[in-house]
Amino acid sequence: MLDLINVSYDTQIPNNVGLSEDKKVLKALEKWHPGYINWWNDLIPQNFQDSMVYLRTAVSVDPKGWAKFDYVKMPEYRWGVLLAPAVEDRKIPMGEHKGETAWQEVPGEYRNMLKRLIVIQGDTEPGSVEQQKFLGLTAPSLYDMRNLFQVNVEEGRHLWAMVYLLQKYFGRDGREEANELLVRSSGSEDAPRMLGAFNEETPDWLSFFMFTYFTDRDGKMQLESLAQSGFDPLSRTCRFMLTEEAHHMFVGETGVGRTIQATLEAMNANGITDPYDVGKIRDLGVIDLPTIQKKLNLHYTLSLDLFGQEVSTNAANAFNAGIKGRYMEQRIDDDHQLQNDTYPVTSIVDGQIKTEDVPALTAINMRLRDDYVRDAAGGVGRWNKLIAKSGIEFELKLPHEGFHRQIGVFSTVAVDPDGAIMSSEEWMKRQDEWLPTKADGDFIQSLMVPCYEAGKYASWIAPPKVGIDNKPGDFEYVKLHMA
Amino acid sequence: MTKVIDFQTDPSKYRHWKIEYDGPVANLFMDVDEKGGLFEGYDLKLNSYDLGVDIELADVVQRMRFEHPEVKVVVMQSAKDKVFCAGANIRMLGGAAHGHKVNFCKFTNETRNSYEAALAESGQNYICAIKGACAGGGYELALACNHLMLTDDSTSSVALPEVPLLAVLPGTGGLTRVTDKRKVRRDLADVFCSVEEGVRGKRAVEWGLVDEVFPNSKFDEAVVERAREMAAASDKADVEKGIDLTPLERRISEGAVTYSTVEVSLNRDENRARITIDGPDADAPADMAAFTKVGADAWMLRCARELDDAILHLRNNEKELGLIEFQTRGDPARVVAHEALLLDNSDHWLANEVLQYWKRVLKRVDVTSRSLVAIVEHGSCFAGPLAELLWAADRSYMMLEEFDGDNRPLATLTMTDGNFGTYPMGNDLTRLEARFYGTPEQVQTLKDSIGEALDAEGADDLGLVTYAYDDIDWEDEVRLFMEERASFSPDAMTGMEANLRFVGPETMETRIFGRLTAWQNWIFQRPNAVGEDGALQRYGSGVRGKYNMERV
Repeated sequence: MLDLINVSYDTQIPNNVGLSEDKKVLKALEKWHPGYINWWNDLIPQNFQDSMVYLRTAVSVDPKGWAKFDYVKMPEYRWGVLLAPAVEDRKIPMGEHKGETAWQEVPGEYRNMLKRLIVIQGDTEPGSVEQQKFLGLTAPSLYDMRNLFQVNVEEGRHLWAMVYLLQKYFGRDGREEANELLVRSSGSEDAPRMLGAFNEETPDWLSFFMFTYFTDRDGKMQLESLAQSGFDPLSRTCRFMLTEEAHHMFVGETGVGRTIQATLEAMNANGITDPYDVGKIRDLGVIDLPTIQKKLNLHYTLSLDLFGQEVSTNAANAFNAGIKGRYMEQRIDDDHQLQNDTYPVTSIVDGQIKTEDVPALTAINMRLRDDYVRDAAGGVGRWNKLIAKSGIEFELKLPHEGFHRQIGVFSTVAVDPDGAIMSSEEWMKRQDEWLPTKADGDFIQSLMVPCYEAGKYASWIAPPKVGIDNKPGDFEYVKLHMA
Repeated sequence: MTKVIDFQTDPSKYRHWKIEYDGPVANLFMDVDEKGGLFEGYDLKLNSYDLGVDIELADVVQRMRFEHPEVKVVVMQSAKDKVFCAGANIRMLGGAAHGHKVNFCKFTNETRNSYEAALAESGQNYICAIKGACAGGGYELALACNHLMLTDDSTSSVALPEVPLLAVLPGTGGLTRVTDKRKVRRDLADVFCSVEEGVRGKRAVEWGLVDEVFPNSKFDEAVVERAREMAAASDKADVEKGIDLTPLERRISEGAVTYSTVEVSLNRDENRARITIDGPDADAPADMAAFTKVGADAWMLRCARELDDAILHLRNNEKELGLIEFQTRGDPARVVAHEALLLDNSDHWLANEVLQYWKRVLKRVDVTSRSLVAIVEHGSCFAGPLAELLWAADRSYMMLEEFDGDNRPLATLTMTDGNFGTYPMGNDLTRLEARFYGTPEQVQTLKDSIGEALDAEGADDLGLVTYAYDDIDWEDEVRLFMEERASFSPDAMTGMEANLRFVGPETMETRIFGRLTAWQNWIFQRPNAVGEDGALQRYGSGVRGKYNMERV
């Protein structure tokens, strides 16, 4: 009998899918593994590869204790294949097959659609690691460096998870797609990652925090929808990935929060009350709040683009096929088939932003994006509480959904952060008020000096309230190899 | 759809295509204006196209030949990021009446053929640079080019997803060109046409779906280089300057469309139209220099352009006129002389272009799904290219001997050298070879009568007309024919005529049109595609098509 709760480490790859008995897939994965290790080794600077990092490793899928912490060199991290425990007699939760027994094998008619979704999801996982590969060099603390690497190795594991599905269920095509995932690379001219946001640079740590808060949250929403899938192995994979993803959101939210905290503290200590007194604030070695707002504007809007067209045939097909659901599908009170429902979608009519009801099936992307907007607002509220508590008058805001968009109905109009449509000339003229300028970037970059001493933090970021794994403040999260 | 579809356009009106001229190379960019659809109800997203986009493309190809003879290589490419072309717009197809779909497909096929043949006919080689998704009609657009280059960015692919996605066929030459032109092995073609996402990178080359792939970073450069090489290797003679295709003189009224040499009268009560062509009213230009100077006003070119537009107008805007009657008026000797200038100078670029254009116009007549009849009255000028209309028609009637009270010159028809090879049909036979498919020796015999103004008796003896009637029978016989024709089922007519017109050998062209009419039009009628629950109708709703699984 397979022990589905305790991961089997008897093969190279930790897993709870009975890999050691699935010779064919094991062989395929072992063939893929060296390419993956090469990809990893070429990615992150060598001294970090040789450093001991205090990382959590998924060892089980038991909700009470699924991970353990220890020092490990990243290339030796055990990227496993872990699926959340099977739900007995699970039914397909939505679409035309609603109520039928969930599929344990890929249904032939949906093979291509499923494969495409898995490939797109898989493509984002290594993409973000690639975007963040040089950040270790400017880590504001060992604590943050550890968090970065934690996020990185877990994104790597998520790639493994998707590759497992491709190898196990999609035959030769799947193996080819798995290889292509290692060929494409973020920002590459020859073979870029599939989605735009994963080809943007992550040049500094504030970008990293914004990325993990906003862009990884898109990943969370996608995983939540795929966790509803009628294809049970995909559902189980995504459910487990979500437990890890929560930490990434945490890194983002606290990272931005600590950046704001450092700014507030420095302003108060120096008697600055005007948040727009940018020059003086920057002289204190912290990032002014208006610039943080601009970074927020950028990353939020890039992330909104990831939801695709508001009205989408592909999303409708995937929902109806029972391949991809909605956020919290089970909690939604409707027939989960949507053949006669409508959903309000924004559109541009005669230069005005309007809302019109469209068939709900085709508005799946729009709905997920609405859920995302609500979800993303939570952390912004908590950041604003920090600011309010400091007595400084400033409020961070999520810009209007139409602002700075490349995809969807808003891509054809110029909209300011408050939602006013304007001429594109006017917009271009004013964009420096809303989006980080090169000078803003240069300033942030000037603060990006490494701080490798245990328990110490760069000027622009406050220490965390509690350590990882409840470790004390001066814990050495990374034992740097400085050869 | 009461709006008139106009096939005339010019570069100042283009909304979907841009051209950059670089000596012998022209870069042709597809940049479809989303909001520029011919009709309401759909956006032309992702470089998808409708008839309006194709009308512009046809104009581009035509003007490339006449106005830019210096161009030797045309590089078709997309001006949009990440997408080459997503094919025919599905919402447009889903919403269009069957007749419009068929006419749309037919016209797009004719346009594909026209640039595909531009290399052989005019020395202009269309090649294709594919970056981003190239699917369905998008790949068909590419397939009609003669050299396909694909970027290898691990995402860009070529695909024919019609069957899995829409339950219809890649019928704008897609299936046929994959096997007949690209010569893709049939089992691989079967795989290719069944997978939605298509084939990318090196495999696309291995399977023969494209000619070359390049790494993305080298792609643009490689395309420029390839275009230059091909232009340098071209044996097309250098021509300094083209002629302007000036706007057609055309008036559309309730009952007629009137051009300078062509008059279309619309008889809606009796469901038929008459196209009357006026022969030249002056002598032929003395030489090609004189012809070039007159340019688009020269009768041979003007008449071809007007006839072409008239046919397209009738096809798309007058769908209930099931019978087209061809008549001519004028001096047959002048028609012969005007054609002769071009035949005698067929190595002159413009002479060649005009003759090739006549060939295409006559092919357009051949594949027009209307009953065609040629009425050879006294005073007519069925000679040379106009005589071809007699043999393109399903039947012909000729006035025999003098008619009471009719003082026009006696009806004659005149064959020229042009009738023996200049204007072949899609099956590569001349219309005379097709007509006498069972007696090829008759075609040889006919050559003895070249240049002779044959009267009705002579023409009838040689089998060149269906019937020759005299004064006594004429009116009744012609009337009876027309009334009878108007009473038949238009569907049966279309099928019968298409079968009888194209005798003998198959070519890629006949296969494309034949397969289109036979299969695509059948599928376009079937509930599995266009029924309320059919795949084409449901496309975009998220709900799959429901198929009746019975094989027919």
